[in-house]
Amino acid sequence: MRNNNTISKGIDWSMVILYGVLVIIGLLMIFANEYKEGESILQPVLSQSKDYGKQALWAVICAVLAIFILLTDSKFFTATANLLYGLGIVLCILALFIGSEVKGSKSWIVLGGFRLQPSELSKVFTCLALAKYISRQETDFSKTTSQTVGAAISLLPAIITIAQNETGLALVYFSFFLVMYREGLPPFILIAGASIAVILILSLIFTPQTLFIAYAVLAAIVIFFCRSLFRRNRLLLWLIVAVWAVASIISSVVMPYMINKVMKPYQRDRIYSLVGKPYIPEDPEERAELEKLKSKNRGKSQNQSEYNVIQSKIAIGSGGVPGKGYLKGTQTRYDFVPEQRTDFIFCTIGEGFGFLGSVVFLSLYAILLFRIIIIAERQRSTFSRVYAYGVASIFFFHITINICMTIGLAPVIGIPLPLISYGGSSLLTFTMLLFILIRLDADRQMILR
Amino acid sequence: MPEFNQSRKRVIQLIFIVVFLVIIGQLFNLQVIQSKYAKLAENNAIAKKIVYPSRGIIYDRKGRAILDNVARFDLVVTPFQVKGIDTAALCNILKIDTAEFHKRLITSIVKNGRYRPSVFEPLVSPQLQAQLDENMYKFPGFDLSERPVRSYPYKAAAHILGYVAEVDTAIIRKSNYFYQMGDYVGRSGLESSYEKVLMGTRGIRHLIKDNKNRIQGSFENGAYDTTAEAGRNLYSSVDIELQQLAEKLLANKIGGLVAINPKTGGILAMASGPTYDPNDLAGAAFRKNWGRLALDTARPLYNRAIKGQYPPGSTFKPLGALIALDQGLINPKYGYGCGGAYYSCGRGVKCTHAGHGHAATLRLALANSCNAYFCQIFRMAIDNPAFANASEGYLKWKKYMNAFGMGVKLGVDLPSEDRASVPDTSRYNRDFGGARRWNSCNIVTLGIGQDRMTATPLQMANVMSIIANRGYYYTPHLVDSIQDETANDTTLSKYRTRHTVTNISDEDYQAVLDGMHDVTVYGTASFLRIPGIQYCAKTGTAQNPHGKDHSIFTSFAPKDNPQIAVAVVVENAGFGATWAGPIATLLMEKYLNDTISAGESMNNFERVSKADLIPAAIKHWYYVKDSIKQAKLAIKEVSVDTVLEQPAVVPKKTTFDPEAEPLRKDSGEVIPEKTFMILPQENRNKPDSSKDEKQ
Repeated sequence: MRNNNTISKGIDWSMVILYGVLVIIGLLMIFANEYKEGESILQPVLSQSKDYGKQALWAVICAVLAIFILLTDSKFFTATANLLYGLGIVLCILALFIGSEVKGSKSWIVLGGFRLQPSELSKVFTCLALAKYISRQETDFSKTTSQTVGAAISLLPAIITIAQNETGLALVYFSFFLVMYREGLPPFILIAGASIAVILILSLIFTPQTLFIAYAVLAAIVIFFCRSLFRRNRLLLWLIVAVWAVASIISSVVMPYMINKVMKPYQRDRIYSLVGKPYIPEDPEERAELEKLKSKNRGKSQNQSEYNVIQSKIAIGSGGVPGKGYLKGTQTRYDFVPEQRTDFIFCTIGEGFGFLGSVVFLSLYAILLFRIIIIAERQRSTFSRVYAYGVASIFFFHITINICMTIGLAPVIGIPLPLISYGGSSLLTFTMLLFILIRLDADRQMILR
Repeated sequence: MPEFNQSRKRVIQLIFIVVFLVIIGQLFNLQVIQSKYAKLAENNAIAKKIVYPSRGIIYDRKGRAILDNVARFDLVVTPFQVKGIDTAALCNILKIDTAEFHKRLITSIVKNGRYRPSVFEPLVSPQLQAQLDENMYKFPGFDLSERPVRSYPYKAAAHILGYVAEVDTAIIRKSNYFYQMGDYVGRSGLESSYEKVLMGTRGIRHLIKDNKNRIQGSFENGAYDTTAEAGRNLYSSVDIELQQLAEKLLANKIGGLVAINPKTGGILAMASGPTYDPNDLAGAAFRKNWGRLALDTARPLYNRAIKGQYPPGSTFKPLGALIALDQGLINPKYGYGCGGAYYSCGRGVKCTHAGHGHAATLRLALANSCNAYFCQIFRMAIDNPAFANASEGYLKWKKYMNAFGMGVKLGVDLPSEDRASVPDTSRYNRDFGGARRWNSCNIVTLGIGQDRMTATPLQMANVMSIIANRGYYYTPHLVDSIQDETANDTTLSKYRTRHTVTNISDEDYQAVLDGMHDVTVYGTASFLRIPGIQYCAKTGTAQNPHGKDHSIFTSFAPKDNPQIAVAVVVENAGFGATWAGPIATLLMEKYLNDTISAGESMNNFERVSKADLIPAAIKHWYYVKDSIKQAKLAIKEVSVDTVLEQPAVVPKKTTFDPEAEPLRKDSGEVIPEKTFMILPQENRNKPDSSKDEKQ
């Protein structure tokens, strides 16, 4: 009786409900992708012959796991954070050497029928380890040395993951900078990093001329609104001009130089196709060479990103305002969007439920993120707060990049949509992230170190 | 310490909000602003399949179907399903070699992809179809798909019916892209002029396809589908038996004939020689025969009944008489002393008769076809004192002519009818160098249907119906009614209005009628009789620049209450009464008595139908063509004879598409081509016997 009380006490039920709603939406979307009229609905669940059946099983496993996490003492997480982090790193390195290759990346460890992707789990461990480090009594995160150590903890798994050829997953670790910013990292680093990333992506999507004009207009607007400040602070004006100059140079000189002079044609083609833009070289010889290369690779589906993004935009765009309705989307039901159950699951929502449905769906995520921040800010323990921000950052990064790539705003890097995309590892990871947070939050009156 | 840096919470929240707003902005752009994606998705997933209705059927006046639809089958292949089949067995059935098999398979993959069916062998013959049906289970990926094809059980009326063939780019453009590549459309004859009625309404099926173009079922359970409506049937005025007889009589002759029911304007038979079996241009036979027919120097595809322009010769004379009578220039008793020629204009116009009094009255002049008499009355019409000069007189005369349908398009329901020619004064002004530099003498032979006057057999027959009806006619037409015709359907209304030709009095008509009757009693056609029927006729022997005179005969029967008017032209055959005459009387006899009586009529039938009146020049062309074929054949035979051990092997010739099959080695040998038998003269333009058995 007492035991029962301790489990449910302090649990943030709104989070649990949001979690449940999202997992059910995910299941319904995967079902919509696979189900064909007249087929039995339950049979594939029992026989595990279809993805939605497997995902349903995973959801059950995750529910069990969630209960286990809720039963665990929160001190367990602080105590084992560093150990788990170390284990995660070892497993990642192990995967690099003894892992089996799946779609060109060596990030899977196969034990009998069980497949494990350590870099997925590493996210949770890194998040815990970072929280552990920052919450140490002796850590003063306003110092550069501490910040450097924090960055190192975050980026070590990223480096290993890049070595495993899982660039998408590696990028997720950069989201920890958001946490570190909250804990005292100078905003300059965050702004500069994010700006450069945005500028690089923009340079791929738009022409240098357009961007040059856009930057100039933006700079002019900023100068216009800040003109009263310049009298007191002349440096600010020069700063704005400098930022404008750097952005223009990156977009109109550095990027074209990198792309046209340093990279090989096939690399260029790949970079452009990441944003769903066809790359047509001006030099006819080069064009012929590229055509030859492409025709050689045709049918191997080696790099279909361009096709994926076009089909995904068609799917989402064709939804219109009200959407085509559940099980009515032609693009997603007849396999026009590749990887539509994993990375491009958002297409099903966009096509089936249109603009209105997409906005409602996005607001679910927004509520989740804001709820996590509220939870983070009510923690008495730094460990819990940092961990909560870590969870928010990982969710935010996944949601942003995944949806942006389906609507052509971000390059196609294969990362799943949290709790929606098909895939056991991913569902397991996000469940762990969220329920550890709920567990920690339940003990928010405790000071955990 | 939660207070520490707590303000940064707001910054992070702001970042979340901004990023979500950017995402929503792009979603708004994609889903609300840009409308192209819905169309793109539809193009991706929805295949619009046109369902072709069966074409309407054309019936004759007794309700017999002169053309019909039969189901033929295309052998189609879906390449990705073709796995481990007995290629040799299939090749054996289709009588092709494996190289050809692979070539076709690769061609269909190139054309339609691996996942969609494409035609492997179009329109397989019924025997082949039966053979394939039995063995179909052995050939996964192959299928027989039905396609209706025209068939013509009577093997007649090719020129009337026309043919159906695939559309070309010009037709597609003209139809405003209503037709698509591969559609079939009526290309001539009734098939063309009643295309809209016969084709029916096409249906559209919306089908869902997946990313590999495989059909997944119907879209929204067919909510947007439209059903195909079969084409409407046509009920024509043609008498198919009469038509067959007409074609039989015109066999091996060049010319045209038209038989009209004067009471309705309905065309009973319309033939053009040489003709062809319409089955030759139906379905798979089209490809085989069209080129041959189109290149034939005798032009079997040319409908001489509506396009052939012939000087009407003496058959014009009743018309000349009517014009002179109506203008009050002569009366039926008017006579002309002809001494064997018309000398009033210097150079004499010869007359076949010289006897005194053979043109003493209009009746006699018509019966004896006196050239001098009609030259005289023509001149009287041109030099009519009521008009200031010859030009005006001529214009009045031309007006009469046009009213009789001469020199104008009648508007028959067949495409590309010719208006032939009744020249305008400007033509003569140009010929003679000025309006006042020609007079009635210069154009006197117009009076006997020569000079620049030409008419089509259809116009001649129409003139006969006008005379038979004593002054009115219905526009000649082939289609009497259309199935399910609605009250506001105006397609046929122009064939149901009665046209009255000026106000020529009944007496005038009676006078001409009497003369034309006399033609058959003691005149130029007196030896041509229809048992038990009095008829009126006019023979014509038209001079022409191409050789022997054209044999022309215009007539209607019975004399009182006429029911059929016939005009026959046989090119370069001689006297009108010799060839065209019996053809016309036999047709009238068949139509009125429903049979051809034994005896004289039968003898005529035997004589005419067996006669070969093809001009020597055309025969020579056939001869040259056949000789070239025979020479080629002879060369092949010789080579086979000399090297008996080896079959005829043509050295080094690529027999396959090297691009399609890069791995195949060229053996340098080919299977010798099949040699074609030269068909004997009477079998030309007839379908091969194997096809006859099918029907």
